Amino acid sequence: MTQHAATSQPVPTVRMRNVVKSFGPVQVLKSVDLDIYAGEVHALAGENGAGKSTLMKILQGVYPITSGSIEVDGHETIIRSANDAEDAGIGMVFQEFSLIPSMTVAQNISLNRERRSRLGLIDDRAAILEATRIFDDLGVSLDPKSNVGGLGTAYWQLVEIAKALSRNAKVLVMDEPTASLARHEVENLFSLIERLKARGIAIVYISHRMDEIRRIADRITVLRDGRVVLSDVLGDLTPPQIIEAIIGRRLASDLVYRDRGHDADAPIVLSATGIASEHVLESVDMTVRAGEIVGLAGLMGSGRTEFARVLYGMDKATRGELRIDGEVVTFSNPRAAQRAGMALIPEDRREQGLVLDHSVSDNLVLPVIDTLRVGPLVSPKKARGLTQQLIREYSVKADDPNAPIRLLSGGNQQKVVVAKWINRAPRVLVMDEPTAGVDIGTKTEILELVREYATAGNSVVFISSELPELLAVSDRIVILRAGRTYREIKRAEVESEEQLQLIIQGVAA
Amino acid sequence: MSISAPKSGESSVTRFLARMDWRSNVIYVAFILVFILFAITLGDSGFLSTNNLLNIVRQTATISVMAVAMTFVIANAEIDLSVGSVAGLASVITAITVTNFGLIPGVLAGLASGAAIGAVNGALVAWLRVPSFLVTLGMLGLAAGLAQWITGSAPQPITDSTYVQIFGGGNLGPIPGLLVWTALAVATGWVVMNRTSYGRRVLATGGNPTAAAYTGIRTARIKFSVLLTSGIVAALAGMLYAGRLESGRFQWGQGDELTVIAAVILGGTSLFGGRGAIIGTLFGSLFMGLVNNGLILAGLDVAQQQVIRGAIIIAAVALSRKK
Repeated sequence: MTQHAATSQPVPTVRMRNVVKSFGPVQVLKSVDLDIYAGEVHALAGENGAGKSTLMKILQGVYPITSGSIEVDGHETIIRSANDAEDAGIGMVFQEFSLIPSMTVAQNISLNRERRSRLGLIDDRAAILEATRIFDDLGVSLDPKSNVGGLGTAYWQLVEIAKALSRNAKVLVMDEPTASLARHEVENLFSLIERLKARGIAIVYISHRMDEIRRIADRITVLRDGRVVLSDVLGDLTPPQIIEAIIGRRLASDLVYRDRGHDADAPIVLSATGIASEHVLESVDMTVRAGEIVGLAGLMGSGRTEFARVLYGMDKATRGELRIDGEVVTFSNPRAAQRAGMALIPEDRREQGLVLDHSVSDNLVLPVIDTLRVGPLVSPKKARGLTQQLIREYSVKADDPNAPIRLLSGGNQQKVVVAKWINRAPRVLVMDEPTAGVDIGTKTEILELVREYATAGNSVVFISSELPELLAVSDRIVILRAGRTYREIKRAEVESEEQLQLIIQGVAA
Repeated sequence: MSISAPKSGESSVTRFLARMDWRSNVIYVAFILVFILFAITLGDSGFLSTNNLLNIVRQTATISVMAVAMTFVIANAEIDLSVGSVAGLASVITAITVTNFGLIPGVLAGLASGAAIGAVNGALVAWLRVPSFLVTLGMLGLAAGLAQWITGSAPQPITDSTYVQIFGGGNLGPIPGLLVWTALAVATGWVVMNRTSYGRRVLATGGNPTAAAYTGIRTARIKFSVLLTSGIVAALAGMLYAGRLESGRFQWGQGDELTVIAAVILGGTSLFGGRGAIIGTLFGSLFMGLVNNGLILAGLDVAQQQVIRGAIIIAAVALSRKK
């Protein structure tokens, strides 16, 4: 570094200039500029499909650049492979984690650049020492000899960060790093990020969560339709400005609660009393009335997902009683729950909600396949008709309904999941984090679908850790804590998101 | 695994059982149980004689050798169904070449036949992304047919005594040569799997190919290499057959692929990749040999042996799935 650099603008660690990326005739990135400086957290925001992932994949050597340039520490650098990116000091902490579960922490960290002893054999002890040193530096306690497969997601992330640091990463790209973390784990991550910053490491922080961006980021770049529409120091921006840049239109009142005129005395459809399960649930009580949306809130580990699984017959209740229309029911499996009118949109759509290699159409018709039969055979004509109808009704952006669903964006995949279950017309629809990883435009569409479905007289249990959307749709909110129903509160009684957050955290009455 | 000093006998046993990784250790338990069973019931039929026990090792040597290479293939989440046929093909090619051109050309020709088939398998799987199950299933038939065709179904005798001495017929002092080959294969396999970066890359590619690729591992090359090696090692096994039985025949090795795969899975290697247990594999193949030997000594006919062997394999694999 020259004297000159110290006096004028510092040289960015990574400078991307006029980056263009085309897939065939489609231009996904249209001349994007991005500067990332040492020791800063640079938020990268934008709706799904805006080009964030593509831009980062170019930096990572996954996609070749169509035109434009990348400079690392002021030197033009060509990145064509994962190894090139590693050499350039770019590390990635993946959204869908990418470690080898059957190996230990130390083995994962040193993978593909293992230290060798004089005989040319792997020196596992050196790997363990290195891992220990990195974890000590980071102030993290994690046994390098433990098997990665047995660790929770928060630790996977730590291992990925350590792996990148062991490769002398100067830039760490974190893609939705808090998506699967509990609150205290998020705090740990944030304090870790502060320590990384202090060491001069630049962090590109991709997130949909405004509160996190505002809390952790120094600067923000917003992409929309493959262009940079905003790039500025965060302190100068207000949330509406950022959101406007992201969605490109005035923020509608979609994330605001609308009183749908729900009848508070409508008959109770589903009631649960004292539900306990093998692992987490101790005693959960909840009722849902016809036409009502009940929000289910609570910290990670409070038992929201576990309760949803019991409602859908995937796990057994060891104690307690479920009633539908006042009649006691027991679900020994999901099929029994379905017959009683229950449906569950699971938390992890890729794992549990979709057959990713099957077509959009096949996924859409799967839950109602029996209604599409002519004799013993499935009628392709009926299937096609239903597919077209659903794609139209739920405005799924799919050019070819016969293309595998994994090619759709996350938001569109989630629309397919929602569409296929609503189309089944369950009496009680349980949705577990239905908007996780979905852009804000799709989010408002999904919330509107939920409202419409309830207004038509159906019941919805809406599980979410994002309070604004929980507040936007719920008529009533049930808060779980350590496997028990902790509070129940009418929407009208909630004054602010902060108040609800405090109740969930257990620090306010 | 380290176990702290037991405070009382009972708690240490329960603790040991709770901590034991059942899947990777079931083979040792099964091996010991079956061994004791045969020792008691077949002691009078000569089961425990040194000669009989060495025979078990001798007869399983070819399986053990192939199973070591197969451990890499399966740890890499692939499969090689062609090993038995490749062994048969290599046995006849070696026999013909040894007889007509001498020892060294014979050995080279045998290994080359395995390398050629392994390279075709590997290239198709690694770069054309054809599932290894299909590629090697086709190759199973192709190699077997080829071996039968070039020999006109006739056995090819080997009269070269040096060849027979080295490849399975001879002894190293008091130790049977086949035992040495087995030990060599297992030792090499163990070091490569557990102590080299190559072994790590194989496990990583099998455990999570995407993660491996993002880490900079050339996964296609790794896939190619394990199938290439499997072909070469299968050829070596065929040459050991030829040495032990002093002839090359297209039938040598026929059906071995299933025994080999069963041995590997029994040994604790995951069919889904990412885990490879070489010592387990050795005991897996010894277990298969043990069962064969015991059933023969017990006087069962071939059909009955097959039924019982099948049942034992199913039971053992099912047990090894238990968490």
